[in-house]
Amino acid sequence: MSAKFLQLIGLAVCIVAIQICTQMTDSSYYLTQLTMTAYYSLLVIGLCMLIGYAGQISLGHAGFFAIGGYMSAFLTTHDFTAIKGEPFVAFLSKIGVLVVRKDVYGGELLAFHSWPACILSVCTVLIVAYVIGGPVLKLKGHYLAMATLGFGIIIYRIVVGTSGLGAADGISGVPGFTLFPGVVISGKGSGRILNYYIAWGVVIAGMTFLLNLISSRVGRALSAIHGAEDAAEAMGIPTANYKLKVFVLSAGFAAVAGILLTHFNGSIGPSEASVMKSVRYVAIVAIGGMTSLWGAVFMSLILNYFSLRGSFGTYDDAVFGVILVLIMLFAPDGLIRRQILIDLKYFFRRFAKKEAAL
Amino acid sequence: MTTLLSVGTLSKRFGGLQAVNEVSFSVTAGSIKALIGPNGAGKTTLFNLISGVIAPDSGFINFCGHEVQGLRPHQVASRGMARTFQHIRLFPKMSVLENVMIGRHIHSRAGFVAGMLNLPYAWSEEKKIIEKAHEILAFLELENLADVEATSLSYGQQRNVELGRALACEPKLLLLDEPAAGLNMSETAELGALISRIRDTGVTVLIVEHDMTLVMDISDEIIVLSYGKKIADDKPLAVQSNSEVINVYLGEDEDDA
Repeated sequence: MSAKFLQLIGLAVCIVAIQICTQMTDSSYYLTQLTMTAYYSLLVIGLCMLIGYAGQISLGHAGFFAIGGYMSAFLTTHDFTAIKGEPFVAFLSKIGVLVVRKDVYGGELLAFHSWPACILSVCTVLIVAYVIGGPVLKLKGHYLAMATLGFGIIIYRIVVGTSGLGAADGISGVPGFTLFPGVVISGKGSGRILNYYIAWGVVIAGMTFLLNLISSRVGRALSAIHGAEDAAEAMGIPTANYKLKVFVLSAGFAAVAGILLTHFNGSIGPSEASVMKSVRYVAIVAIGGMTSLWGAVFMSLILNYFSLRGSFGTYDDAVFGVILVLIMLFAPDGLIRRQILIDLKYFFRRFAKKEAAL
Repeated sequence: MTTLLSVGTLSKRFGGLQAVNEVSFSVTAGSIKALIGPNGAGKTTLFNLISGVIAPDSGFINFCGHEVQGLRPHQVASRGMARTFQHIRLFPKMSVLENVMIGRHIHSRAGFVAGMLNLPYAWSEEKKIIEKAHEILAFLELENLADVEATSLSYGQQRNVELGRALACEPKLLLLDEPAAGLNMSETAELGALISRIRDTGVTVLIVEHDMTLVMDISDEIIVLSYGKKIADDKPLAVQSNSEVINVYLGEDEDDA
C-alpha cells in the first residue's frame, strides 16, 4: 500500500525534475515530445494491464486510440451550421453541447464543445470494444492476436478510405480541449509547461487506478486467469466476463490517450491507426517486462520520446520490430526486472567459461 | 440424511466413444463418496460433467435442490462446489497465500471500479480474505510457506495448496480428482487423515482415486464405473466382494468360459 504510494510520488518527482531541468537548460521545447509521450504511455499502461496481467494479447489498440482521436476531432471540427434549424441540433446548441467558435481562417462554425465530444468518443470506443471483445476474447493465443490484428487493419482502412475523415490527410485544425475555463490542452507554446503537467497528471492518475486494481480482488483474479484459466473458472471466477471487462478498460485508456493527444497536436492522421503503431505498443509492454506497469511506463517514456524526437529516423518502425524480436528471443520477461542482473551475471560467466575452454 | 448431489441418467458421448452412459447416483451430505474404475472408465469425464466443464448430452445434475447441468463452471462453483485437478493447476507466479486467496473469490464482491478506486469496503474485504486464507493455511499446516511461490513447492505440498485453495471456497461439496496420484504411502495416509478431517468440518467429499487402500479406508460409499457404466454403488466391503467389480479389476477368464 505505502510502497505503491511512494512509487507514484517518485514518478511525480521525476516529472517535476525533468521540467526543472529543461527550464534551467533553456530547452523547454523538449516538453512537447514529453507531453506526447505521456499520452502514448497512458495507452501503454492500459495495454500492459491487458497483456501482462490478464494474459490477453491485442494487436488492435491503435484502432481504439484512432477511433477516440478521430471521433473527437470530427465532432469538434465538423460544422453543424447548415442544419442548425433542426430541433435536435438547436436543442444541443441551447444546452451548450454545440458551441460557436472561430476556425483558423476567422470564419464562424458551430461544432461540439470538447467535453461532450470527449465523452461521446470514449463511450463509442467502450461500446466498440465491448462488441468486438465479446466474440474475439473467446479466442486464445495466436488466434486472438490475429483477430485483434484484423480489427486494427479494418479501422486503418476505414480511416484512410473515408473522405469525411480527411482520408490520407487526416483531420487538422482540431481546437484545444478546454478542461476548465483557462485550462486548455493544446500545443500552443504558452501552455507548454501546463500541458506537460496535465498529461503526466493523467498518467499518474491512470497508474494509481491500475496499481490499485492489480492489488485488489479483481487483479488477483486476472492473474489467476493468466496463469490457469480452467482453474480460475473452477474457483468461481467468471473468466469470460473479466476478460471482456479488462479489454474494455484498456480500450478506454487508449481512447482517452487518443482524444487528448489529438487535441494537444491539433490534428490526427491515419498513421495513428496503423498496425505498426499497435505492434509498437506491444513491443513497449514486452520490453517493460509484460507484468510490470512501471517497466511499461519507463520504456514508453524512453522509446516514445526518442521516436518522437526522430532519433530513429526513417527506421522508426523497424526499430520497434527489432526490439520485439530481440526481446522475445533473449529476454521474454522484459528488461525491467530484478532478475536481469542475475541473468547477465550468468550469461557472462558462461561466456567466460567458453572462452577459457577455447 | 439429506442428499446434496444427485445425478440422473447422465450421458456424454465423444464422437464414437460413449464416455458416460446413463449414470445415476446420489451423494449424501456429510459423507465421503469414492468413484473408482479402470483407466478410461469415464471418471474424470463424470467429474467434468458435474463441475460444468463440459455439458452432458442428456440427464440431470441436481445440486442442493437446483439443476446445474449446462451452467458454466464458475456458476457451479459459486453454488458451493469446489474441485481439484488430476494434474495440479496452481496459479504460477503467485504465492501460496495468494493462491488460497483466490479461493475466497466467490465470498467477496469488490469489482473493477471498487478495486481501481480502492474503496474502503474493498479494503476491509481484502483484510477478511487474507485472514481466512491464513486460517486455511493453518488448518493444512502450510502457514510457514505462505509467501513462497506456489509452483516452486514439492509435489505433495502443491497438492495441499490446491486443496487449500478449494477449501477457501468453503464448499458444500468438494471434488477431488486423484489426490493421491504421485504421493508415497506415508503421504497418502496423511492425505486420507486430512480428507477425513475435512469431512468432519461438514464438507461433503466426492473423490476419484486409484489408490484402493485410501479409498477403502476413508469412503462411506463407493461407485464403480466401467466403460462409462455404473456397475456398483455400495459400502466399501460390499463393493470388494461384488463379483462384477472383481471381474472388471482382475479380468474375466474368457477362454475357460
